[in-house]
Amino acid sequence: MEQAEVMVHVEKRLNRRLMSNKIGRFVFLLATLFGLFVLALLLYRVVSEGWSYINWSFLTGKLSTDPNRAGIFGAILGTLWLMAVVAPVTMILGVATAIYLEMYARPNKLTELIQTNIANLAGVPSIVYGILGLTVFVRLMDLGNVVLAGGLTMSLLILPIVIVASQEALRAVPSYLSEGSLGMGATKWQTIRSVVLPVALPGILTGAILALSRAIGETAPLVVIGIPALLIPLPGSIFDKFTVLPMQVYYWTLDSSLVAEYANLAAATIIVLLLVLLLLNSIAIVVRNKFTKRF
Amino acid sequence: MSTTTVERAEAVQLRVMENAQWNKPVYETSGLNLWYGTSHALKNIDLTIHEKEVTAIIGPSGCGKSTYLKTLNRMVELAGNVTISGNVTFQGGNILDTSMPVELLRSKVGMVFQKPNPFPKSIYENVVFGPKIHGIKNRTILDQIVEDSLKKAALWDEVKDRLHENAYGLSGGQQQRLCIARCLAVDPEVILMDEPTSALDPVSTNKVEELIQEIKEDVTIVIVTHNMQQAARISDRTAFFLNGEVIEYDRTNTIFNDPEDPLTYDYINGRFG
Repeated sequence: MEQAEVMVHVEKRLNRRLMSNKIGRFVFLLATLFGLFVLALLLYRVVSEGWSYINWSFLTGKLSTDPNRAGIFGAILGTLWLMAVVAPVTMILGVATAIYLEMYARPNKLTELIQTNIANLAGVPSIVYGILGLTVFVRLMDLGNVVLAGGLTMSLLILPIVIVASQEALRAVPSYLSEGSLGMGATKWQTIRSVVLPVALPGILTGAILALSRAIGETAPLVVIGIPALLIPLPGSIFDKFTVLPMQVYYWTLDSSLVAEYANLAAATIIVLLLVLLLLNSIAIVVRNKFTKRF
Repeated sequence: MSTTTVERAEAVQLRVMENAQWNKPVYETSGLNLWYGTSHALKNIDLTIHEKEVTAIIGPSGCGKSTYLKTLNRMVELAGNVTISGNVTFQGGNILDTSMPVELLRSKVGMVFQKPNPFPKSIYENVVFGPKIHGIKNRTILDQIVEDSLKKAALWDEVKDRLHENAYGLSGGQQQRLCIARCLAVDPEVILMDEPTSALDPVSTNKVEELIQEIKEDVTIVIVTHNMQQAARISDRTAFFLNGEVIEYDRTNTIFNDPEDPLTYDYINGRFG
C-alpha cells in the first residue's frame, strides 16, 4: 500500500526531474562555451593582428618609435632579469615561511594572525604592492626604478600565493611519513629535508611556477614604480633600468591612436608573452609529473 | 589457617621468586599520568619493562595502551596539548624531564607503526636512513648495515636483488619488515611496536611474529596488540590496560591462564572489549 503510494510519486515527478537534469546540463555547457568562445575570439584577434609582425628582427631588435624597426629584445631580456630576481626570492622566502608556519610554529593566536594576514595579502590589489615598492625599494632604499626594485616588488606580490601553495603541499604529506622519521630520532629539520620536502616538492614547484606566470603578466606595480616607455639600452644587470613584455604591450596599446601599427606590435608582443606563459606552465606540468612518479 | 590461605600464600611466594628472575629493568614507570587537553588518558601507571623480553600491552580501544607506548619514546607529544606527570626512567634518567633530547631517546628506542610506513625511497635508502641521520657516510659501512639489518629482519633473500628499487613496490608484509629493518639499522635498545600486524594478512603476520621472536635476543620489545592470541603467542609478559589504568601485569602465562583480577579474566575470555 505504502510502496504503491511512493511509486505514484516517483512517476509523477520523474519527468520533471529528468527535465531539470537536462536543463542543468545545457546551462552548464553554455557557461563553459561562453568562456571558451571569448577566449577563442581574443586569441583569434591577437593572432590575426600580430602574427605577421613576429619575425627574427622583431624578437632580437631594440625598441624604436619606428614600427618597422621596433623590436622587443629589451623587453624579453627585462622579463628574464625580473624573473631572475623574483624566482629565487619568492622560492626561498616563500618555502621557508611555509616550513616555519606548517612545521615549527606553535598553533597559537600569533600564528593564527600571521596565517590570516597571509591569506588576506593574497587578495590585495597589485597596484597597492606597486605603491609599497615605490615607497620602500625605489625611494627609501634608493634603488631607483631598476630590475632589483621591480623584482622585489613583484616578489612581495606573489609571495602570499607561493606561501599558501607551499603550505598546502607540506600539509598534504602524510603524517605517518614524518612520524617514521621523527621516530628514528631524526631532528625536525632532518625530517623536513629528507622526508617531507621531497614529497611536497611537486606541489611547491607547481604553485611557485603558477605564481611566477602571474608575475610575468603583471603590469600595475611596475607602472607605479615607473618603467620608461621608450628604453633603448638593454638591461645587463639587476641594477639597470628595464622594461618587460606586458609593459611594452601597455605602452604600444596606449599609443596606438598615434601610430596604428603599434596595435599590431602590441598583439605580436602578446603572442610572445602567451608563448612564454605556455612554456612555463608546461614546465610546471613536466616537473610535477616527474616528481610525482617517485612517490 | 585454612588450606586456601596457605595455597594463596604459596602462590604469592612463587610469584615473588619469579619476579626475582625477571631480567633487569629497561623502563621503570611510576606514577605516570597523562592528559590530552582535559581528558585523563593515563592514570597512575606503574610498570616495569624488562630487558630482552617481549612485553605485550593489551586492552580494549581507547584504554591508553598506544598512548603509553608512545610515551616511552615521547612521540605522544606530537599530538600537541599533552600534559604528562610522573616518572619514566630509561637508562638511569627520567625521560620526561627534558634533559635527554628526544632525538637521542628515539635513536635508542625505535618504533614500528600500525600502518607500514617506509619512506618513498629505495629499499636501501630506507634502511640507511637512521645511520645517515647520525652522520655515517662511509659506503662500505652502510652496505654492511643494510645487509645485516635486512638479514635480521628476514627480508634479505627477498630483496637483495632489488635494493635500489622503490620500497613501495614491496608487499604490505615486506614493507613492515623493512620498517623493522630500518629500526634495527641503528642498533636500538628497545623497539616499540604499535599493532604492527593489524594491517597485514595472516601469512605476513606470522612472519613478523617469527621475526619478533628472533630479534628479542638482541632488543627489548614492547608491543601493543588488539590480538590476544598474538600476545599469548609471542610475549613474555602482558599488561592489561583498561580506561587508562594498568589492571594487571604479569607473566603472559599467568595473565592468560590464572589472572588475579576478574576484569582481566573477563577481557581475556571475550566478555567485553
